[in-house]
Amino acid sequence: MPGTYLPSNYLPVFIFLVVAIAFGLGALLIGAIFRIRRPYKEKLMPYESGIDPVGEPRVRFSIRFYIIAMLFVVFDVEAIFLYPWAVVFDKIGLYAFVEMVIFIFILLVGYLYAWKKEAFTWE
Amino acid sequence: MDITIIKPILPEIVMAALACVVLILELFIHKKETIGVFAILAVAAVSYVIPQSFGSAFNGMFISDGYSVFFKFIFFINLILAVLISIRYLKIERSEFGEYYSLMMFATLGMMIMASATDLIVLYLGLELMALSTYILAGFIRHDRRSNEAALKYFFLGAFSSAILLYGITMIYALTGTTNILAIASQLQGKMTTQLILAIVFLVVAFGFKIALAPFHMWTPDVYEGAPTSITAFMSVGPKAAAFAALGRVFTTGLIDFAPDWRGILIALSILTMAVGNILAIQQSNIKRMLAYSSIAHAGYAVIGVIAGGAEGLSAMMNYLFIYAFMNIGAFAVVIMLRVEGVKGEELEHYRGLAKTHPLAAVLMLIFMFSLTGIPPTGGFIGKFYLFKAAVGAGYAWLAVVAVVFSVISAYFYLRVVMYMYMHEPEGEPAALATSTPLGLALLITTIMVIVLGVYPSPFLAFARLAIG
Amino acid sequence: MQYYLLIPFLPLAAFVINITLGKKIIRKQAHWPSTLAVLGSLVVAVMVLMDVLAGKTLNEDLYTWIISDKFQVSVGFLLDQLTAVMLIVVTSVSFLVHVYSIGYMHDDPGYYRFYAYLSLFTFSMLMLVMANNFLQLYFGWEAVGLCSYLLIGFWYEKKSASDAGKKAFIVNRFGDFGFGLGVIMIFLTFGTLHYIPVFGDAGKFLNESVNILGLEVNLITLIALLLFCGAVGKSAQIPLHVWLPDAMEGPTPVSALIHAATMVTAGVFMVARCNPIFSLSPTAMGVVAVVGGVTALFAATIALVQNDIKRVVAYSTISQLGYMFLACGVGAYAAGIFHLYTHAYFKALLFLCAGSVMHAMGGELDMQKMGGLKKYMPVTYWTMLIASLSISGIPGLAGFFSKDEILFRAYAAGGVGKFAWLLGTVAALLTAFYSFRLIFLTFHGEFRGTEEQRHHLHESPKVMTIPLLILCVGAIASGWVGIPPLLGGGEHFSEFLAPVVGHPHGEATHAEEWMTMGISVAVALAGIIVAVVFYLKNPSIPVNLAKRFQFAYRVLWNKYYVDELYDLIIVRPTLFVAKNIIVGFTDGAIIEGIVNGLPRMVNRIGAQVRKVQNGLLQHYGAIMALGLFLILAILMIKYSG
Repeated sequence: MPGTYLPSNYLPVFIFLVVAIAFGLGALLIGAIFRIRRPYKEKLMPYESGIDPVGEPRVRFSIRFYIIAMLFVVFDVEAIFLYPWAVVFDKIGLYAFVEMVIFIFILLVGYLYAWKKEAFTWE
Repeated sequence: MDITIIKPILPEIVMAALACVVLILELFIHKKETIGVFAILAVAAVSYVIPQSFGSAFNGMFISDGYSVFFKFIFFINLILAVLISIRYLKIERSEFGEYYSLMMFATLGMMIMASATDLIVLYLGLELMALSTYILAGFIRHDRRSNEAALKYFFLGAFSSAILLYGITMIYALTGTTNILAIASQLQGKMTTQLILAIVFLVVAFGFKIALAPFHMWTPDVYEGAPTSITAFMSVGPKAAAFAALGRVFTTGLIDFAPDWRGILIALSILTMAVGNILAIQQSNIKRMLAYSSIAHAGYAVIGVIAGGAEGLSAMMNYLFIYAFMNIGAFAVVIMLRVEGVKGEELEHYRGLAKTHPLAAVLMLIFMFSLTGIPPTGGFIGKFYLFKAAVGAGYAWLAVVAVVFSVISAYFYLRVVMYMYMHEPEGEPAALATSTPLGLALLITTIMVIVLGVYPSPFLAFARLAIG
Repeated sequence: MQYYLLIPFLPLAAFVINITLGKKIIRKQAHWPSTLAVLGSLVVAVMVLMDVLAGKTLNEDLYTWIISDKFQVSVGFLLDQLTAVMLIVVTSVSFLVHVYSIGYMHDDPGYYRFYAYLSLFTFSMLMLVMANNFLQLYFGWEAVGLCSYLLIGFWYEKKSASDAGKKAFIVNRFGDFGFGLGVIMIFLTFGTLHYIPVFGDAGKFLNESVNILGLEVNLITLIALLLFCGAVGKSAQIPLHVWLPDAMEGPTPVSALIHAATMVTAGVFMVARCNPIFSLSPTAMGVVAVVGGVTALFAATIALVQNDIKRVVAYSTISQLGYMFLACGVGAYAAGIFHLYTHAYFKALLFLCAGSVMHAMGGELDMQKMGGLKKYMPVTYWTMLIASLSISGIPGLAGFFSKDEILFRAYAAGGVGKFAWLLGTVAALLTAFYSFRLIFLTFHGEFRGTEEQRHHLHESPKVMTIPLLILCVGAIASGWVGIPPLLGGGEHFSEFLAPVVGHPHGEATHAEEWMTMGISVAVALAGIIVAVVFYLKNPSIPVNLAKRFQFAYRVLWNKYYVDELYDLIIVRPTLFVAKNIIVGFTDGAIIEGIVNGLPRMVNRIGAQVRKVQNGLLQHYGAIMALGLFLILAILMIKYSG
């Protein structure tokens, strides 16, 4: 096959990947080798801060959780986007400023919408 | 700061801003029809800035040219007609929410970006915006399980196809170091590699999914049937046309050197699509589902334009989509008219004896069915005529013959509707019609355009040719 | 000159209005849209005539429907001298018939339908004469045929009417088949269907020939004859004349408009329009002249003995159409069109008078049951008398000038022309005779109908008699535009048409012209005198003659048994084949097999394929992936190999 292509820039990423997987698996493996196995009922019980667990673990979560999670993602992304912007702000100047204002404004529309739709009130 | 650089993208900016405004309006306006009207006005505003938009922006990532503008007009028509047929329908389905209109606008914005994209990443952005909006719209009747099912299926398979598209883009980038559609060709220099095969196949599959080419059409019948009828009409035209725009742009500019390869794939898919669409449409007793298969089949015809290629082939494909927009939405508008409280009005049985009980509705349906079949003097005939002519001109006479054969098969199920309306006696209570001024307006526009395009097509044909340049 | 567009489109608009709103809303007012529309067309037609007289002609494509390389489907208009004449003829007669019908059709349940069809017919006919290309001509040609069918079978509850409609349609199919082939041949030869380039290039193909079943046939002759086939069907010439007498089943105004004045003359118009093609082929010209001459005589002989008032006039129409073809066949196209134009008025008048008589007689058609109507309906009598004088060719009236022109041109052309002249002159004698036989049987003598009919006799209302009077003016004066120089006229008509159809060939001395004129007047008078003797002075003569020459009488009475002959050699075998072979075998086994079997097969395949569409998301995804890998595999194999 002609033209097989592997950018060498990605080699560190690859090494990182291998190390990460090896670390995770290694920790579990070492634990499995060295720990003492004496299981009994209480020990196999799910850990709920010392209280006996009640009912099934698979309960339906309220839709509110998801809405909050989504809203969090939106503003999280906004925050992440602000970091690189802040770093290069002095180089791009007014153009970048206007762009960011527009970006935040769009999020603001979403925020307003979510607010009016009572996404922030529980129940 | 030079403000003129955003001129090419100004229509999209206006559309985005107005879509946001519509979203906010929803919070304060209780009469939701007003929002629909506002959406139509927004289209007018966007159309107004289009003539000044010609040019390229963002270092050649985005272009406003004749090709994209022609497609944008198809999207606008699609949006306007879909809004008109929605207003009364949403009330009947008890799903009157203003977000509906803003989602339609966002979807249209996505389509516009797709048509104008000269960079694969921009293309992907547009595609996702369009797709995510339509996923929600497909499930818009929240209390209807089938609508939910449609949305979920569409979302999962859509995500699948998005992944495939991204993979294809990645391959292209890996080979050329660019995602610019215009630069790809010069970087590739006509060299065929394994990665390129992967790239081409992935792109064909991803666009084929949106266009609903068999065997990537599997989602279409279920989604079209389950989605609100107005959204089915919207989806069967807009996103399809947008994907055609992207397909045409990517394959006939960036990958033009590999035309023999992708042409072979498209020919096979086109024939398979026409076969699956037409043959399975015969099986359907539900009009919505039949129209879903019919729209699959029509995609199969339209692909012939891309296969034929060149100005002639592309303009035939564009014309076909333009004509298809009117006739298909028109047919769905009639279906919507039969949807009243308590009666779905989607089954073929509901059309029994319609000519006796509602002669006007029957005549309109007759016109759309004739046009979809391709019987002169309707627009459908003109569309097919130029499409097949382009195929013959490009040396694919046999493909044109195959398409004609499938058109003949399609007559069977289109004319069956006509037969039910005209040759059967009405049974039981005469069906009620849910008419309204906007729906009437939509039917008026579509009927007139289907006839005008059939009788006096030259200006529209000239427009498409001009758009190609 | 864009205003000319109103001419065809006003009647079209009226048609649309009447067909959509007629049944429920307009009802008894249906005549308003149609009549006003055709009046508008008439006014615009006069304006067009003025423009053409001032030397302005026009040839433009209004719009092109589809273009496929050389093949172009367009709607275009050619306005020249010939078109202008036709426009005046069509719109004026059509207008008068519209007005007349207000009285004639007033209590018909299908009133709106009648006017809708009439408007559609007027539109189609105008499109036909205004066409600038063969395709549009063909479209108009078929459309008037359709209207004719609809209107002949207007009273479709009556079996004879719907049968007559079918007959007209089917007989015309024979001619139109040839006409269609002719149009295709023109396209194949010239690569275009527009008149001007076709006529311009016709000379280039003069010596080309085509091989048909081993027979070398001159190309131009072939095209001309194929086109003439269409004309024979539409204009009811031998051997396709059989439909026109039966077409009298339609309402009488329709007979006047479609089956006398306008549609049936389309064949003559087409031949005159295509004169550059016909003139190049002496063979085709000979055929046209002989068919015309023979038809003129043949139809006239049948008219001698018929008793149905409308059928007499119908055979007279066939005969007069024969004259027109005779003229075209000898190259005197202008004379043919001149006769077309005068004939339109006096023949429409004859029909409308016949209608007026029928109106008074409660639908009675048999002349043997009429008689003495003169005193009951003076207007009808006098107008019909003038029309009869005109058709007989009495000097001073319209028919004289046009018929005389034709006979003289035929004589002057020599050769076949002399033969045709002889046929025409004999036919003129017969024409005068049967026309006056009709007058005398209907209006003179004693009334022979029932007492109830006598009680009912009355002159028709004004709305019907006024069109008669106007047409009467046409029957008298329409010929005055073509008075020959010999009688001090200027031959304005043929000079006017000369740019389109050229000048006739052949020279003749003044003496010969005086001679032909003298003979034709003499035979006309002779015919009238014989009719006077037979039907006024001594009614026993025709009865005795019929007994004496029983065989001849029976042949004429049965119209030469042409219908019976066709029944034997065409209709019966066709029905036999249709019943036993087509229905039994081809239809039953082959067609039905394919028609039913194919969908059944498709259905079965569909039912199988449909199972794949099972609603399961994971299956859908799997199929997508499968498709992807399949394509990938094929391409990979292709490139690795």
